[in-house]
Amino acid sequence: MVAMKSWWKVLSILLLVYTVIGGFLLEVPRLAIINESIRGLYFHVPMWFTMILLFVLSVLFAVRYLSRHDLVYDRISASFAQAGLVFGILGILTGMVWANYTWGTPWHGDPKQNGSAITALIYLAYFVLRGSLDNQEQRARLSSVYTIFAFAAMIPLIFVIPRMSSSMHPGSGGNPGFNMYDLDSSMRKVFYPAVTGWILLGIWISSILIRIRNAEEKIVDLEYEKNS
Amino acid sequence: MKELLLYQFRSEFRKKSIFYSLILYLVSLVFINYLSVGSQRLSPGIWSALFWMALLAALVNAIAKSFINDRPGAVTYLYSIVSPELIIVAKILYGFLLCAGISCTGYFFFSLWLADPIEDKSLFFLTLILASFGFSAALSLLSAIASKTNNASLVMSVLGFPVIIGILLMAIRITRNCIDALEWAASIDELMLLTGINLLAAAFSYLLFPYIWRS
Repeated sequence: MVAMKSWWKVLSILLLVYTVIGGFLLEVPRLAIINESIRGLYFHVPMWFTMILLFVLSVLFAVRYLSRHDLVYDRISASFAQAGLVFGILGILTGMVWANYTWGTPWHGDPKQNGSAITALIYLAYFVLRGSLDNQEQRARLSSVYTIFAFAAMIPLIFVIPRMSSSMHPGSGGNPGFNMYDLDSSMRKVFYPAVTGWILLGIWISSILIRIRNAEEKIVDLEYEKNS
Repeated sequence: MKELLLYQFRSEFRKKSIFYSLILYLVSLVFINYLSVGSQRLSPGIWSALFWMALLAALVNAIAKSFINDRPGAVTYLYSIVSPELIIVAKILYGFLLCAGISCTGYFFFSLWLADPIEDKSLFFLTLILASFGFSAALSLLSAIASKTNNASLVMSVLGFPVIIGILLMAIRITRNCIDALEWAASIDELMLLTGINLLAAAFSYLLFPYIWRS
């Protein structure tokens, strides 16, 4: 029964073990400048996919909270945002490692780097807002409203503005992306499992965060009953 | 609707000290800029960056006032007579006029102390107007959120800055084009995007505000 329910967690671990081993050991295309740093693709790019998916889920549950007024949805939304923020920061860090070797400096001021920094700021602000409200109902409502609004404001920042300005990031501003480098499709063998593995891990982390929040809520309720 | 807008104006002018302190705040910001750069000739990039930074600080403070300083009694009264949609529209329109006024004042003092490099005046004023509307649309909602917290003004700036970076970036780029006297076609992408962000912010404020107002 337990094995049935958690098969995707096992799958996630297997895929990530494969990603780490295969990602560092399997053959990759030999390219000037990029060289071995192309292996960052298996870690950096899936981080962004996972982050965006988790943020989208967070917004969906925020909308759900506003229409149903059940605090469970607020806890789910906050947990997805928290996990998404972790993946966003990891995405920035892995990107900086790559940029240090390829562009010569960890922070190059590329539009994509700046956009991701702003995204991190928005979600850090979201947690500042949650921290400064004591009333649960109010915290849930206001932070749901903020996360929907901030997500809407973020769309032009990370999807439109980077495409308007010149960028050295692979896949934009006339630079070749993943498809152009990977002529013999050898990287796909690791890349697709890597994306799946990281996404599953992100959902797993979020589900644990949700359970922690629910448990904390229960503890508060029990203490309240005991005292009354 | 018209009464509500008028009410905003009247209640704001009753608290004249806030209005004057905003203007004084802006003037001191510009003056600090002037003292720190001296009389050297600024490059277009630096001029527009300084100009928008000063405006950013002043405008955030201006819009933050729109909910944070409301008296509780007045809020309850408004709640009982008009719909939340009307209130946010009135606040955004009022904030827009206030921001437009402040930006023009800011431009006046900038040209007084830090020279006036703008070649394309009409495009520049269009940008000022668009950015004022954007600031007002994006920040009015956040001001309503922040007013519910314990440390409203701090939360306001933390919430506001990431959200308005898009508007600010576009405005700075167009301003640079205005200084270089490029033709309008060069800034058409930025203008479109600025308008887009404005509409997005206004639409979402309109949709989401009723949920905040209920409390």
